[in-house]
Amino acid sequence: MRFRDHVVVGDILELAQRYRDEGADELVFYDITASPDGRTVDRSWIRRIARILDIPFCVAGGIRSVADAEEVLGEGAEKVSINSPALADPELISRLSARFGAQCVVVGIDSQTVDGAYQVYQFTGDPERTRNTARKTLDWVREVQERGAGEIVLNCMASDGVRKGYDIAQLSAVRALCRVPLIASGGAGAKEHFASVFNEAHVDGALAASVFHTGALPIPDLKTYLRDTHIEVRP
Amino acid sequence: MQLAIIDSGGANIASLRYAIDRLGVASELTTDPERIRAASHVILPGVGAAADCMGRLQKIPGLVDTIRKLRQPMLGICVGMQLLFESSEEGEVPCLGLLPGRVRRFADRDDLPVPHMGWNQLEFEPGSPLLQDIQPGDHVYFVHSYSAPVSPLTVATSTYGEQFSALVQSGNVFGAQFHPERSARIGALLLRNFLQLQQTH
Repeated sequence: MRFRDHVVVGDILELAQRYRDEGADELVFYDITASPDGRTVDRSWIRRIARILDIPFCVAGGIRSVADAEEVLGEGAEKVSINSPALADPELISRLSARFGAQCVVVGIDSQTVDGAYQVYQFTGDPERTRNTARKTLDWVREVQERGAGEIVLNCMASDGVRKGYDIAQLSAVRALCRVPLIASGGAGAKEHFASVFNEAHVDGALAASVFHTGALPIPDLKTYLRDTHIEVRP
Repeated sequence: MQLAIIDSGGANIASLRYAIDRLGVASELTTDPERIRAASHVILPGVGAAADCMGRLQKIPGLVDTIRKLRQPMLGICVGMQLLFESSEEGEVPCLGLLPGRVRRFADRDDLPVPHMGWNQLEFEPGSPLLQDIQPGDHVYFVHSYSAPVSPLTVATSTYGEQFSALVQSGNVFGAQFHPERSARIGALLLRNFLQLQQTH
């Protein structure tokens, strides 16, 4: 789940613990303090999370170098997720993968349909800087795997925040050429959306934020529902 | 109780120490053979490549020999477990040889990406002290590309295309392929069970 809204660390700790207790399988923290201008950021919050959390967690945002990733992983995160910096410097994926292993390296991709093709967007964290990279999503999915990405989070921008369901068509297209775990992102609004994305797009995981943050869909209810529809989930 | 965690390098050591802290147990991170011999319990963590890990242990004079001769309960985690065997296919490296057998790479299959990464179920017949209060079917968290085949030392298995050893045990030597420090309640139970083991001699 994404912590994109600005919340203070104390709240993050409490939220993280709550989601862990409710049965979340993994948490993703989007570090919004990681400014796009590359100034040094305080990452001590990661250690505070690592001390209380006994499920895997991933940190996204502000990781532009092997040294950045080393710091994040050393503080106790399981994985790092890179998005815009990978687009600016695709070789970064290879360097991270060689240094830490593919299992640590998640590549996030923001994508939407433009002129009938899926295209990759950059800097989506800042509406004023968001731009179409002119890269085709399917080509980028192939490339990041060749470069050693161990997992792909595909955020379908048109569905994101709308809560009308994941973009099954786009996720299925990516699934067809994705051999590493594929995580669906963008669009979760109801428990049925999770069932369809697992059954129809065959993703390995589903990421959601607002539907959990608002309490609209409690994780235990979601898991019970998925189990009842014969989708294997951890209790 | 005096717990020594062998500093084998690698990013998961912080997580492991926090998990031990949460159990209210003090631990010492060390490569000093004397400190390790003096401990009541020893954990050998490991991430990364088996050859690198083994190389780091071999660089410390007397460390490998000390580990081989320990009589107190010792738990290898992930690559730390793989190092307990005679050898690993990864880098064709000779390991500690505390357990018979050879660690193999998962077969590459289109439908099953390697590394095996994520939550998976434990399958076992109850009996191991490490599995007290843990039920068959409980989920634990794995991240690995290599695994030990099922053998008479296996006390729990998991399945990822093929069945492999999730937990092994031989005398004072234990190995967990999964990461108890990232396996929520079940992982904490396993660590607790390990720390409650008594020295066997």
